[in-house]
Amino acid sequence: MNAMDKVKIARDPRRPHFNEFAKFVCDDFEELHGDRLVNDDRGLVGGVAKIGDFRCVVLGHNKGATVEENMASNFGMACPDGYRKAMRLASLAERFHMPVVTFVDTPGAYPGREAEERGQAEAIAKSLEFFSALKTPVVVVVTGEGGSGGALAIAVGDKILMLENAVYSVISPEGCAGILWRDGSKAPEAAEALKITATDLLALGAIDEVVPEPKGGAHKNVKSACLKIKRAVIAKLKELTKLPVEELVQKRYDKFVAMGRFN
Amino acid sequence: MGWFEPKTEKSAVPPAKAIWAICPKCNSHFSKAQWKKNDSICPKCNYHGRLSARERIARMADEGSFEELSPEISYSDHLKFRDAAGDYRSKVEAAMKKTGEKESVVTGRCTIGGFKSVLGVMDFSFMGGSLGTGAGEKITVAAETALAERRALIIFSASGGARMHEGILSLMQMAKTSAAIQRLKAAGLPFISVLTDPTTGGVSASYAMLGDVNITEPRALIGFAGRRVIENTIRQKLPEDFQSAEYLLKHGFIDRVVARSEMKGFIVKLLDLFGVSK
Ligand SMILES: [Zn+2]
Repeated sequence: MNAMDKVKIARDPRRPHFNEFAKFVCDDFEELHGDRLVNDDRGLVGGVAKIGDFRCVVLGHNKGATVEENMASNFGMACPDGYRKAMRLASLAERFHMPVVTFVDTPGAYPGREAEERGQAEAIAKSLEFFSALKTPVVVVVTGEGGSGGALAIAVGDKILMLENAVYSVISPEGCAGILWRDGSKAPEAAEALKITATDLLALGAIDEVVPEPKGGAHKNVKSACLKIKRAVIAKLKELTKLPVEELVQKRYDKFVAMGRFN
Repeated sequence: MGWFEPKTEKSAVPPAKAIWAICPKCNSHFSKAQWKKNDSICPKCNYHGRLSARERIARMADEGSFEELSPEISYSDHLKFRDAAGDYRSKVEAAMKKTGEKESVVTGRCTIGGFKSVLGVMDFSFMGGSLGTGAGEKITVAAETALAERRALIIFSASGGARMHEGILSLMQMAKTSAAIQRLKAAGLPFISVLTDPTTGGVSASYAMLGDVNITEPRALIGFAGRRVIENTIRQKLPEDFQSAEYLLKHGFIDRVVARSEMKGFIVKLLDLFGVSK
């Protein structure tokens, strides 16, 4: 399977999305709304839940299951209000000693007028800064499309897991092809060159573990896929909650600072 | 995503060989000598044009005080990246030859008005000021040095965003630099971010927007997504001044729009008021 095949699977609307993770990875998910400033973004949602024995704050991009939901959530493209909500909820996690689990699946941050006016750049930047120092464990699962800065904003964590058929990239293959090949139809070449599959990213040290999917992809057996995610997340939470919090935060810093340090 | 739209690059820099400098904002024509003499500022509309890293350093650092940090750090071609136009390696080496720099940012210790500082300046003429592993590492080292030596950090950004040719590790430089800046700020040291024309994409969405004080120059382009991408998404024309320095000031993301001639004086004043040591 080449990189573009994976891109297609990662974008398959039948793939499990936030609703399924809330149902089958989490036990007892309760959504909490709003950034307390202007809005309740639907592209990035979150709440509190149990995952196994762990009380957690859960955050994730939300592509939506119906046309109405797709529209309301901009197909999982979050607005600044979404990132600010994510930080608000993650602060609760820190205060109440709960780990944070995030599900990453977005084409990118929403490119809109209001998004810019309300500070899309600032919201993402602040989120990166915030999660880098958050005093509680953060487990990230890239489940579909990890679309550039809009994905990374909730992907700064202690352990980064990635589903077998997910992709994660600095730019979409189409965007890259449009600029460097001057031809959007060269997306398959760009996808290959950018090295965006889970195995590529594991080799580059950008992620920690690949979570296998059911045969044929996660959409072939959503429940089983979710169970595999659940098992992987719980294993990481067990590991991370044993660490003193100072050590945890230091290790997270060291992990990201080591990325692209070649000497 | 619109991080890398080539749109402004063609028009914003006056063609190198031409006699005329054309202001990219108001299209007025000037002789290159006139443009240079006016400090690359448009006499007609006050657009503050681009400067090289070394030109900015000369304007900011006290004379003779600049001591470059990690000058050896350069790009990494860990993906062996190739596109239609050829391989990344030859592209970046052409940029090195053109600018005389090894990366899109130059960093160093210096004093500014006598105050102990670390200064970083991005150079848009080096592959659009793009943020790859080399630039990310240099900025991280700059922040870590400022922290270790109790210096203020001042970064002049000019960038179209993350560098595609280094893939996911370019993206990770956003997280890495933001983490280093966080530590500096948490230790009570100031970070002053100057967003110059243009600062967009992954650079505006990481360290450039994290200043304790965010400053910009008149008419600079600052934003996350590209104008065309947004217009295509919302199917509406955007206002003329959308994503301009003045527009961001109005919306609350910039502390001050400062003229080039006032920049050093203003930064020195901030360093003094924030209690940076001499
Ligand atoms: Zn002009």
